Amino acid sequence: MRAIGIILAGGSSYRMKVLAQNRAVSAMPVAGSYRAIDFALSNMSNSGIQSVLVMTQYNGRSLNEHLSSSKWWDFGRKQGGLKVLTPVITADNPNWYRGTADAMYQAMWDLKQSHEPYVIIASGDCVYKMDYNKVLDYHIKKKAEITVVCKEMPEDANLERYGVIRMDDECRITEFVEKPIAQSGKQISCGIYVLRRRLLIELLEQCAEEGRYDFVRDVLVRYKDTKKIYGYKFSEYWSNIASVQDYYDTNMDFLKKEMRDYFFKTYPDIYTKVEDMAPAKFNAGSKVRNSLVASGCIVNGNVENSVIFKKVYVGNNVTIKNSIILNDVYIGDNTYIENCIVESRDTIRANTTLIGEPGEIKLVMNDNDSHV
Amino acid sequence: MVKKEMIAMLLAGGQGSRLGVLTTKVAKPAVSFGGKYRIIDFPLSNCINSGIDTVGVLTQYQPLRLNSHIGIGIPWDLDRNIGGVSVLPPYEKSANTEWYTGTANAIFQNIDYIDSFNPDYVLILSGDHIYKMDYEVMLDFHKENNAAATIAVMPVPWEEASRFGIMITDENRQIVDFEEKPKNPRSNLASMGIYIFNWSVLKAALLANKSQPNLDFGMHVIPYVHENKEPLFAYEFRGYWKDVGTLSSYWEANMELIDLVPEFNLYEEYWKVYTDSKILAPQYVGEKGVAEKSIVGEGSSIYGEIYNSVIGCNVTIEEGAVVRDSIIMNNSTIGADTRINKSVIAEDVVIGSNVVIGVGEEVPNETHPHIYNQGLVCVGEKSVIPNGVTIGKNSVISGITTLEDYPDNTMASGKSLIKVGE
Repeated sequence: MRAIGIILAGGSSYRMKVLAQNRAVSAMPVAGSYRAIDFALSNMSNSGIQSVLVMTQYNGRSLNEHLSSSKWWDFGRKQGGLKVLTPVITADNPNWYRGTADAMYQAMWDLKQSHEPYVIIASGDCVYKMDYNKVLDYHIKKKAEITVVCKEMPEDANLERYGVIRMDDECRITEFVEKPIAQSGKQISCGIYVLRRRLLIELLEQCAEEGRYDFVRDVLVRYKDTKKIYGYKFSEYWSNIASVQDYYDTNMDFLKKEMRDYFFKTYPDIYTKVEDMAPAKFNAGSKVRNSLVASGCIVNGNVENSVIFKKVYVGNNVTIKNSIILNDVYIGDNTYIENCIVESRDTIRANTTLIGEPGEIKLVMNDNDSHV
Repeated sequence: MVKKEMIAMLLAGGQGSRLGVLTTKVAKPAVSFGGKYRIIDFPLSNCINSGIDTVGVLTQYQPLRLNSHIGIGIPWDLDRNIGGVSVLPPYEKSANTEWYTGTANAIFQNIDYIDSFNPDYVLILSGDHIYKMDYEVMLDFHKENNAAATIAVMPVPWEEASRFGIMITDENRQIVDFEEKPKNPRSNLASMGIYIFNWSVLKAALLANKSQPNLDFGMHVIPYVHENKEPLFAYEFRGYWKDVGTLSSYWEANMELIDLVPEFNLYEEYWKVYTDSKILAPQYVGEKGVAEKSIVGEGSSIYGEIYNSVIGCNVTIEEGAVVRDSIIMNNSTIGADTRINKSVIAEDVVIGSNVVIGVGEEVPNETHPHIYNQGLVCVGEKSVIPNGVTIGKNSVISGITTLEDYPDNTMASGKSLIKVGE
């Protein structure tokens, strides 16, 4: 692979509400045993990218812990490998990352040290499987200067938090509207970009000089008429975890067999940090229907249409319906949980009832920190 | 300079023939256990949890699975700059090339490996027991007593004592005598096959006995050390310890894991058991699935019903299938509406639909009654069983079988159907 990878993982989102209080969105647990950034990292590893820069800033504890060793994604290398970059205050730079372009600008040393001719930029909060080689081949074939991966959304989708793209017949991008108020098309940007490393350096230096910091607004939108920016249409599953509802829906998607077959049973695999959990245990009287139950869990009660992350204890006579229980939660006896997301390391006392509504998922976050 | 206080030597070269077809292609320490683990994970995890970061694993019989499982030791944090895990197979020498002919002979052939770490103590382990043990505590005991060698022992029921190597000790736990499988045991302290030696003592004993054929710890080295009046001590261990050397003890030890609070608890926060986890996806239980009193490894999908069972990783139980009292290892598939009772199904097995396994009367196995007994059915790895057949108890199947192998679609109890190598 003739590209380095950059993963933008610094972001928070107010739409994630209290879920973002504990971690960067890229570190959100997904599908029972993964975290959001595993998808971009695995895609890069599986595409043969040798060196990856991860930009983090906001609430990095979970993310740093997750990335503390790069061997899980096969990036434990002498040559290249994984580098986690946080903002560094120096004599010339008193600033945090002021935007995505600024984050990459602050990694200029690494960008200039690389020898690969191309850069693949991806965000760390999307769930998808992609061979970036295909995007790069397309980029070269189209003689594009920048390629943006885009996806056609369903008619009824609300696009107001995406970048919406219009393309001509040749797939050259003619219009790029960030977070439009009025619906203006259904192709959206997936936040995955391919361009020459030299061009990226040039654009970032230009931006920095002009006091511009956002890659989408200050590069893609601003340069769309002067640079040849093409769209690469991606038709497989892609989901961006940007709001509580997206997060809930994305996890629930994994209850579909075709989703699990696509992500877990079709080459290539998605990798994640190994946590040495014992097998999931189902005790006498447990009743589990259409649910994912990760390793380290002990289930005594009823679980239905739910995703139970690692090391969750489900007590006797408990019912969990249409809910997501994050890692390391203790659920006491006789508890009823429906349409909820229960935050990690929580303790739900016995005889509790927690009910949300479809479309208005209840977020459960107690302060009864640890039960151990 | 390299210096390790104690290093471990793990004997993992044996076939374990009493596990029947489970060890046709893999050494016993590499056999799956407890859903996602392999037997060798238990001593290896004990090592790292006890602070031992240098382990030599002696391999000989069918080492492929073992080698790829151990790799450079990443799952156990045994990938170290100095020490870590080393796989030690027998090797050719300028003269007297031989296989490992006995437990102590294997150590003798690796004196150079041990010397390279300049250890004070060497811990000898075997790769076929399920237990959690802090070897550091045993080492403290060894040091306190100024012992030359310490043997870990367990009290066993007196009526079973005649099946073990028995240590007779004084009130200070110093060993005064020992007997191998005595008819009339004078003690009930059985050797667990776990030894700590002062390296200087062990090395001298190995060199002195190097021409002894089939040099063995229990038979030759311990008696030699004892005759030389070196202080030998017995370290009494009072935790869970299970030999999984026979098919029925292997099955029982697995089944004990599914108790409500098992004696051997995999869910404890400290003293974790580590393994090479290749499959990472979570477990799924389907719309009509039932999972009761069972443990299930990563990536497995339960569309049917499982009761009292230990299910490995990446297993698929199709809709309508009912699995009871069974062990199903990694990557196996159980077809729709199949019934499985009290079976051990090895890795990568494909069982068709509408199959019935483990029914009928108990008839002793025709070829190996001492291996396949207690009503267990054993299916070897990579076997295929066609749709619609019925298979009796105390039976064994290995290899790709077709309907022609089952007259009247039936295999009676006590039969053996081995097609490996065809």
